[in-house]
This record gives sequence, structure tokens and C-alpha cells, in this order.
Amino acid sequence: MTGKERLAALFDSANSQGRAVFMPYLTVGLPDPESSVAMFTAMAEAGADAFEVGFPYSDPLMDGPTIHEAGLAAIQAGTTVAVGFDLVAQIAATTGKPVIVMTYVNPVLAVGIETFVDRLVEAGACALIVSDIAVGETQEITAACSLRGIGYVQFVAPTTGTDRLREIVATDPVFVYGIAELGVTGERRQGSSNLTTLAATLRAVSEVPLVFGVGISNPEQAAAAAAVGDGVIVGSALVRRVLESNTPEDAVTALRSAVKAFASAMTR
Amino acid sequence: MTDYRPDTSGRFGEFGGQFAPETLIPALQELEAAFEVAWSDPGFHAELDALYASFVGRPTPVYHAKRLSQRVGAEVYLKREDLAHTGAHKINNTLGQALLTQRMGKSRVVAETGAGQHGVATATASALLGLECVVYMGAKDIERQALNVYRMRLLGAEVIAVHKGAATLKDAVSEAFRYWVSSVESTHYIIGSVVGPHPFPFIVREFQKIIGTELRQQMSGEPGSFPRPDVIVASVGGGSNAMGIFFPWVRSGVDLVGVEAAGHGLESGAHGASLVAGTPGVLHGSRTYMLQDRDGQVIEAHSVSAGLDYPGSGPEHSYFRDEGLARYVAVTDVEALSAFHEFSRLEGIIPALESAHAVAWVLREAASLKGKTVVINLSGRGDKDVQQVAAMQGDEDA
Repeated sequence: MTGKERLAALFDSANSQGRAVFMPYLTVGLPDPESSVAMFTAMAEAGADAFEVGFPYSDPLMDGPTIHEAGLAAIQAGTTVAVGFDLVAQIAATTGKPVIVMTYVNPVLAVGIETFVDRLVEAGACALIVSDIAVGETQEITAACSLRGIGYVQFVAPTTGTDRLREIVATDPVFVYGIAELGVTGERRQGSSNLTTLAATLRAVSEVPLVFGVGISNPEQAAAAAAVGDGVIVGSALVRRVLESNTPEDAVTALRSAVKAFASAMTR
Repeated sequence: MTDYRPDTSGRFGEFGGQFAPETLIPALQELEAAFEVAWSDPGFHAELDALYASFVGRPTPVYHAKRLSQRVGAEVYLKREDLAHTGAHKINNTLGQALLTQRMGKSRVVAETGAGQHGVATATASALLGLECVVYMGAKDIERQALNVYRMRLLGAEVIAVHKGAATLKDAVSEAFRYWVSSVESTHYIIGSVVGPHPFPFIVREFQKIIGTELRQQMSGEPGSFPRPDVIVASVGGGSNAMGIFFPWVRSGVDLVGVEAAGHGLESGAHGASLVAGTPGVLHGSRTYMLQDRDGQVIEAHSVSAGLDYPGSGPEHSYFRDEGLARYVAVTDVEALSAFHEFSRLEGIIPALESAHAVAWVLREAASLKGKTVVINLSGRGDKDVQQVAAMQGDEDA
């Protein structure tokens, strides 16, 4: 089965169980490369269905202060792109869960698009998300992914119009990342009011799975997203718990209880 | 005269493009459409030209710098953008973009600033047109450009300090982008240079090319005009003053020289010379020469001049570089500071530290410029830098 097919199967099986897929995000190499895999194993045991593994980047335009800080810490701790791919391979092998790599475009170009996607395949990743590009600049990357059976994830924002939505789904994304709140990643006190509208607009043109992310900080907000979407991504709320922990063991404990609460909010 | 545009994907050759998150794409498309309508509307030009004439003081004069000429052994002329209202060329762009903001029905603008000149020019245009104004500025730059911070606040702008990274221009651009992502429906981002995702590099060039267009009139070599230049020199951070003066002279046989910041020296790694010593990558939305490591992580720039302390430059400069349409060089902090002092004494004009880099190159290259007609784009005045230079001098005296 290709990475893309594995993810499609995950959405199908969750759907038949009447629940949404929970995909926690965590920066790779956090708190340091040695303890990074343990974070993901803990989340897998606590009920994560798949992972968004974030490659740290020096200038993450789509991320708020929490993920920015995490990225700088991971880079500081020695998480190069090569280390990132090593860790992805370990995470995929140890947890057995589908891994989606999330990065910014410049590291992909620095490594080379084809080489980068080849490494994804070698590491056993299922899909790729590039945060700072959209349809218009994704063609070369989606072509490289499609050739190698790696899924590509496109974004849909509250600002995306219907014509553009058609262009986006026409690129055959493995799922669509619905930006629940205008803005960068980070926790929000208020739940989003855009979920239903976004879901309805997308459903009018396509059946592609819809996964909500950005600004989902607690199980109540996650439940609201799970009610109308096929999956939920939580990032900053989990990354913060790792940053606030004094030891990797504390981080594992904190992640385990947080992920448990989010995962149980996925049932519709 | 050339009058080309980027291609449909917003590229100048292989540089530029629109590397932006989905949230911003509709706003970038709206901006491009609004610009196209405005730029072909004589009413928009009439409004902008009237402001240029009576609010900015355009055309800015060309001055024959006689004592500097004597010192260099060339005929050196200055394009006096330092005399534009607010003290730099930045106002050419901010007035144009502020008028576009009104046309798009938005009531607020956000901007980044390095030296503070773009922030002041944005705050000024916002006050003039009654727009709300938010300016992001690196904490380190707030320290070295205190005067401009106070000017922005006087003009009614909210100045927000950025403490991330090196707390300079790159970090201010990133924060302004983040703010824009969150508020894109009500806010326009007045980017300060020929950088960013398409259509920004194109729009800013169109607003800034008035500098070179005026110069073609002023230095046509016809009777009653100054002689035609052999060399045009301008400093390059993001590169808007250089693009503004270069563009109308591209492929005209004039030697176009962009001067980047060599900071502590190119070999030190602490510099802002992306065109001279960088490699192609994507920074702040466009593909261009930039400072980065093997993994594509952005390397912090360094320059004594806050306006040149940036790890990239406009994509059209990258195109000019590779096509040989302009050449790019670098001068160090020490050379720029020395030129800052010497130029002030020779000409009775205190140059911005950014512009002092262009002056420094002319002083250094005196031998090869002998007998030529040289224009320096004096992009800004140095009042904002006086305090910083005085403090550095104090350190040396102590």
C-alpha cells in the first residue's frame, strides 16, 4: 500500500466507526533528537491515529510563538533535515502510525524536490504538507509526490473562494487541511465559527477528507471540529506541554494525558 | 527604455513567484487586480502625481557634488531622495500603496521597518489618508533608531517591538506577515521593499521607478540638462531605492552598481550581502538570492545599517544579477562609517548609513571611475543615524 492509500484507508475506517481521525502535530527533535521518538510513542499509545511531524524551520511564517520557539529549540538541539528524516523513519517504524511530514518550502528546495520526496518514501512517511505555499506554487512538489505514492495535503482557508476551491481539489490532495481560524498556529480561547461554513463549501464541490487545524486548543473545540470534519489536528497546545516540561519524562506524561482527552473527543 | 513585467507566475526569469500560504492568496490576487485597475486609471495617476508634487516635493533635485567629484576624480552627481518628505525614497511607495488600500476598501495597514524610514513613510501616508497603522520593528532596531520610533508614534502609528531572532528587519517582516495572515480581510500589508510574494516586488518597483524616470529627464545629456551618466550607484538591502533608480536605465549602456552590506567582512559571515555571497532560495514569499545554510535555514544578516541588515534581496535584483543587467558589490561597516563622516564634511549633507554604502563604494573605486559621470542615489538623509554613530564614536573614544 502506498502512503496515500494508507491514509485513505484510515479515513474510511474511522468514518465507519463514526469518529474523526486525530492527528497530533509535534515538532521533530523536540525536546531533543534523542527523546523525540518517545514523544510520538506516548501519543500513539494515548490514541493518536496518525502524526503530523513538523520539521523545524528558522522563519516559520504560518506559525505562532509556540511552534516557532519549539523549532528554534529543535534546531539548537541538532535537528538538521537529515536528523529529521532519521527520526521520521524511527517514528513510523516504532508506532506503526501514518506519518505526515510538515515543513516549509525552503528546506524542500534546498534538499531538492525529488530528493526530499525520495527521502520521505525511504523513511516510510505517507504524506507531505508545505505550510507556506498554495496551489500555483505546488505543482512540481505534487507531481513528485504523486509519482512516488506520497500524498500531498492542500490548505483551504476561510478566505478561499469557490473557484479556487475547485482548483485546489483538482490537484487530488490526500486530504484538505481546513484552516479553522484566520491567522497563524496557536491556541485560542474562542472556538471557531468557520467550521460549518468551510465544511459545507468544500462538500459542495468534493468528497475529499477535510481535516481541521489552527487554533484548536482544547477537547471541546476539537469535538466541534470532529462533528463536521473527517479529522482534527492539534499542534500548539501539545507543543506547549513539551516546552513547559522540565524533563522528557514529564513531557511524555503531559502528552499522554492531553492526547487521551483529545482522542476521546473524536467520536461524533 | 524597458517596460517589462513579471510573467503570469510572478517571475522575473527564475526568480520571484508567489510562495505564500493559502490564507493570503486571495488578498494577493485582490491586490494585483486593484493595482492593475489603478495603474491604468489616469485618475489614480493624477491623484498620486499631485501628492508627489505638493506633499513629497517631487521631482527631487539632482545635485553636482563638486568637492566629492574633486576628491574622486570623477563627476559625481547625487539624486536627492533624501530631500523627499520624511527624508527618504520610501514615501514614493507608501503613498501609492496607501491609495490602493483605500481603493480596496480596507481601513488599516501593517508594515515592517528596519531603519524606521519605511515605518515613518507608512505612518505619514496613513495619517494623510486617515488609515490605522501598525508597524513591526525589531527590538534591536528600535534601540538604534529611537528617533524614528518617536516620529512614527507622533504620526499616530502603533509601533510593536519584535524580540524574536536577531530582532532586526527579517524578524519584523515575518511578524508583519503573521499579523497580516490574521487580519487580511480588513488590513493591507504595505511592504517596504521590492521583496515578498508576487505582486509586491512588481508593485513596489512600479511606484519607485519614478526615481530613475526623473533622472532620465534630468540627466539626458541634452542642452540644458546634466550630462548622461556612465555609472549609477545605489545601496541594496531589499533593494527598492536601487530598483527605483535602475529600472528605467536597464539595457541603456549605463553601468548599474548595487552596493550591499559586507558588515564585518564577507569572510566573517556577518554581513547582508545576499546577491554577492548568497544562494537562491525562498525568503518571505519569493525565490531570490539569500543567506541560508545547507538545510535551507535562514542565516541572520549583519550590517551597521538597519536598512541593509536583511538576509535577502528583491527577486528582480537576482534576475538582474544573473542576466548581467546590473552588478552587485559590497562594502564593510568600517568603509560605510568612514564615508558617512567624509561625505558629511565634503558636501554638507549627512547621508543615511544605507546611502553611505553607495558613497563608500565610489570612494573606494575612485581609480576605476576616473573621468566618468557617476550618479549616487542618495536614498535617505542621515539624521536618524546620528545618535547611533555618535554612540559608536563614544565607544571608540573611551
